[in-house]
Amino acid sequence: MRVAVIDYKAGNLTSVLKALRHLGAEPEVTDADLTLIERAERIVLPGVGHFAATARLDSTGITTAVRAAIARGVPFLGICVGMQWLFAGSSEEPNQRGLAAFPQSCSRFPEGHEKVPHVGWNSLEVCPNSRLLAGISSGEYVYFTHSYRAPVVAETVAASNYIEPFSAAVERANVMGVQFHPEKSGATGLKILRNFLAFAMEGAC
Amino acid sequence: MLTKRIIACLDVHDGRVVKGVQFVDIIDAGDPAELAARHAREGADEIVLLDITATHEGRKTLLDTVRRAAKVLFVPFCVGGGIRSARDAEQVFDAGADKVSVNSAALVDPMLIDAIGRSFGAQAVVVAIDARRDPTAADPVRDAQVLVQGGRKVTGRRVVEWAHEAEARGAGEILLTSMDSDGTRAGFDCELTAAVSEAVNIPVIASGGAGTVAHFAEVFARGKADAALAASIFHFGVSSARSLKQELAQAGVPVRLPC
Repeated sequence: MRVAVIDYKAGNLTSVLKALRHLGAEPEVTDADLTLIERAERIVLPGVGHFAATARLDSTGITTAVRAAIARGVPFLGICVGMQWLFAGSSEEPNQRGLAAFPQSCSRFPEGHEKVPHVGWNSLEVCPNSRLLAGISSGEYVYFTHSYRAPVVAETVAASNYIEPFSAAVERANVMGVQFHPEKSGATGLKILRNFLAFAMEGAC
Repeated sequence: MLTKRIIACLDVHDGRVVKGVQFVDIIDAGDPAELAARHAREGADEIVLLDITATHEGRKTLLDTVRRAAKVLFVPFCVGGGIRSARDAEQVFDAGADKVSVNSAALVDPMLIDAIGRSFGAQAVVVAIDARRDPTAADPVRDAQVLVQGGRKVTGRRVVEWAHEAEARGAGEILLTSMDSDGTRAGFDCELTAAVSEAVNIPVIASGGAGTVAHFAEVFARGKADAALAASIFHFGVSSARSLKQELAQAGVPVRLPC
């Protein structure tokens, strides 16, 4: 299966590629080549680093290509900053807009409670109807490392709690995002990536 | 709930895992890639590989080791030892590491922390600090000496002050090793760990002295550690990370279980 993995120069893609290959997919990295996105059967937007880096997605035309692919029904998965990009924006870089598939915005964890960043294994509270999280139970642990987070919204399919509840995973038809790193979350994470790869190409939003 | 992490550490020399007591009496404990996979299977939340080889040939062996280990690791994987430039870090990331740990090179050139953080994100930079209490200082704990070269050389830096600077420069985590406790299996230095953990707003990984389950429980409670690292107690089958975590859970410590 052709999986386009978008490189927007915001950190290392090795772990995501390794996990996808381990599951039998053939990831192709693209940083500006829109044809890879146009013919992809799955699109993954990984992400570590700063929200400002997503400006590159606009300047390279990737944003437009991704929007079209999503409209065609291609399953899309954003990871960490890649999930935050599905929202309207983030207070990390107020001048940079996200895809706005979800109209809310991301913001920093409040100071003065716990350490920020939120680093480590935290448990999920899973909604039963999620296709991305099929077979994942509430209480399973996944690995997070982030300082900004998305609020809990109608499309939240898993919430996690750090200082207060936030969106650990969102899903609307073929548009999905996870705040945690499935490629670093052991058997639970691999199962989620496998679900994503098994997603039927239908029900475009 | 965010859990306390149990990190398995592999000290690697010339492509083999070794373990010493207070950095001497080194003994062979096996193949790093095999051991990394075993620790992950046995419930470790994260794997740290520290290369103590300094030679050029040894560096090539390290990258090969990282590549082999990373192939089967789907938990966070941190690699340290001999990383002197952003280019060195890049090679280690390309080989499959998720984080790098920098120690002496960051003390020589603190801008190294900024440089790696800018390119790979703060979450990818762990600053490792080897500290020894200084009985002559006004505050022997907060002013513990920062050492390099496996604890042989004093740097003139003080532990809390250096941890602060590392955080300000964009370190994502601090890996704090107590040179007084390392290899003794007599318990972590909880006072030292707490002093650093309270001084910074990034996670602190406690290292040095793990011997019993109670030591881990203490360093999480009294030492305010976010994670704890151990090597020898796992290598020789004294305890797997899983059995350690099961006992910690019974003691009320939040840990990732089942794993």
